[in-house]
Amino acid sequence: MSKHTLSVLVENTPGILARIAALFSRRGFNIDSLAVGVTEHPDISRITIVVNVESLPLEQVTKQLNKLVNVLKIVELEPSAAIQRELVLVKVRADNETRSQIVEIVKLFRAKTVDVSPEAVTIEATGSSDKLDAMLKMLEQFGIKELVQSGTIAIGRGARSITDRSLRALDRSA
Amino acid sequence: MLMTEQATGHHPQPRPRNGATPAPTVEHVTGAQSLIRSLEEVGADTVFGIPGGCILPAYDPMMDSKKVRHILVRHEQGAGHAATGYAQATGKVGVCMATSGPGATNLVTPIADAHMDSVPLVAITGQVASKAIGTDAFQEADIVGITMPITKHNFLVTKADDIAKTIAEAFHIASTGRPGPVLVDIAKDALQAKTTFSWPPQTDLPGYRPVTKPHAKQIREAAKLISAAKRPVLYVGGGVIKSGATAELKVLAELTGAPVTTTLMALGAFPDSHPQHVGMPGMHGAVTAVTALQKADLIVALGARFDDRVTGKLDSFAPYAKIVHADIDPAEIGKNRAADVPIVGDAREVIADLVQAVQAEHTEGNKGDYSAWWSDLNRWRETYPLGYDLPEDGSLSPQQVIQRIGQLAPEGTVFTAGVGQHQMWAAHFIDYEKPATWLNSGGAGTMGYAVPAAMGAKAGMPDRTVWAIDGDGCFQMTNQELTTCALNNIPIKVAIINNGALGMVRQWQTLFYNQRYSNTVLHSGPDDVNPAAKGTRVPDFVKLSEAMGCVALRCEDPADLDKVIAEANAINDRPVVVDFIVHEDAQVWPMVAAGTSNDEVMAARGVRPDFGDGEDD
Repeated sequence: MSKHTLSVLVENTPGILARIAALFSRRGFNIDSLAVGVTEHPDISRITIVVNVESLPLEQVTKQLNKLVNVLKIVELEPSAAIQRELVLVKVRADNETRSQIVEIVKLFRAKTVDVSPEAVTIEATGSSDKLDAMLKMLEQFGIKELVQSGTIAIGRGARSITDRSLRALDRSA
Repeated sequence: MLMTEQATGHHPQPRPRNGATPAPTVEHVTGAQSLIRSLEEVGADTVFGIPGGCILPAYDPMMDSKKVRHILVRHEQGAGHAATGYAQATGKVGVCMATSGPGATNLVTPIADAHMDSVPLVAITGQVASKAIGTDAFQEADIVGITMPITKHNFLVTKADDIAKTIAEAFHIASTGRPGPVLVDIAKDALQAKTTFSWPPQTDLPGYRPVTKPHAKQIREAAKLISAAKRPVLYVGGGVIKSGATAELKVLAELTGAPVTTTLMALGAFPDSHPQHVGMPGMHGAVTAVTALQKADLIVALGARFDDRVTGKLDSFAPYAKIVHADIDPAEIGKNRAADVPIVGDAREVIADLVQAVQAEHTEGNKGDYSAWWSDLNRWRETYPLGYDLPEDGSLSPQQVIQRIGQLAPEGTVFTAGVGQHQMWAAHFIDYEKPATWLNSGGAGTMGYAVPAAMGAKAGMPDRTVWAIDGDGCFQMTNQELTTCALNNIPIKVAIINNGALGMVRQWQTLFYNQRYSNTVLHSGPDDVNPAAKGTRVPDFVKLSEAMGCVALRCEDPADLDKVIAEANAINDRPVVVDFIVHEDAQVWPMVAAGTSNDEVMAARGVRPDFGDGEDD
């Protein structure tokens, strides 16, 4: 099994997320992470899905997704040719003794301290999942009180945009 | 595509943006009127349905329509299968209509059925008023959510202004590409609100672009493989019928000289009587067809999907074969079996292009020599023909009943079937020479399909004879639509192959469950509950059918068989039901037991064909 990152451009219509989630569960594909947001075009949303499958089932995932009428385009982003980011917010137990050590770790990972209270520090960090895992491992020793992670979002390197052609298709049909 | 919108010529195509289309006249209407006008414009001449609270506004303008005939069914499932039967027989989009909640959920089975068999269907359902959606209102069901995995696409319409556009889009999606069911759920307040109607509306489907034109390079590759093959098989599926490619298929088959096997969904795509036809493949396929695929060095799959009933155990299916797989749905290619040459396209265009490419190969002197292959095929065909034994006790043979119905039926008769033994016998022992003369529930295996599907087929093609070949189990699921047939002048004919049991399940119990007949006996209850019921014919199908306004006949003696069938064929003003009391132990053969390899095909119980080569045993 290996991880694949799919960028799926969809019409911004009600129920599209349900259609995609239902398709994955019905066909027995597991979603590792999922992130949805609107693109530079208000009528198009972009769903970034990380799936953990072999290449043959991946082809099925892509083909089945393509059959959804509201799906405009699917691009697999190769890790080497794309920037992938996740966001974590983590609340770490802290007292007067440990606070400075925690802040030191935050600096090392170029993360941010976004909230401080007598018993805890809340840290915001973005990065690849490897980097975030490493940071969380360092913070574990202090006691993680609460952790929230976003799905991965990703964008291809270079000047090309995957939305261009879909926008043209959308214009034609409008 | 031949399989297009209903054939009135009004195609709900997107209007060219800057084209010189004359400004359509604008009518001031309600949402409900907009719906009915839209159905008229797309050419929907027949709608099967039942009204109820939320769809009620639509039924008022329906009453005034001169173009749309509404047939009031007795159960929404009947409406759905009737629309499917209509679509399969005519090639047009079938339409069914139901109210919200239970009306809509009763359509779920026929929608799932149409989805599995790629039948163009538009289901229109009423929904509670838009403000009440999500409040668990009376007769509310999230039918869009429920049918998401069993429709090609579905819509929830909450604004009257969107109705015409949505209907146009629904018919376009249902009928193009790989056909399938589309559900349009319309909120009651949208039906009641005022709007304007003009046709054609602007449609908006930027993500829907079916590919129909095959890739020339792949076609050339396929033609090369066909020329180089020694043991090729054309494996033909339902897509060939749906794309209207039967004429092209005949040309391709005769040009190449390759054997043709037609799946359950494709019976009639290639004439059964043609010398190159080797029968139906699969679990109950002809020995020759099953074996041809197993021993082939090339399979050319045309509009077929390597369904598990065809392949048997997948990893031992056709071990020597290269695969050319042509389908209009890219997701079917490589789904079950990897393709050496994948071709995405409409079957008619694919086959027409293949004909040219094969001709080009021939011109270059590359014509396949299949003579050794044919001597094998012919030997198997002679040694293991389809057949059956007559019951020793002199009772009616179900296979013989079905065979005689086929032989005595007028030219062009459309046959429908339920699901089970009678379906397989109808597939084997009736000769199908033309497309769309055999309608059945292949993928979903929906018992109860035959009677309502026959009703739909007859409503769409009133000049054809329509015979429903049904089992007594299936018949008890949907026979209420005979009332609809009787009251709406839809004179179908129904043959109940009455063996008093759920025959196919019983056959499996005979073969795999030590003859323990758990809950498969239909004509009596459990022995310890009501021993007196044993052997009684409850219900009496003759009385039941007569009560529903049909002519009802019964046949128990082989000597009467032809006479009774002739009598049924002679009645054309009312539905006819014939209760054929047949032998209960007749079985469907050949058979590949579930989960085993197609190499293990059994020609009859305990009879494993001897292919004389030993290498595959």
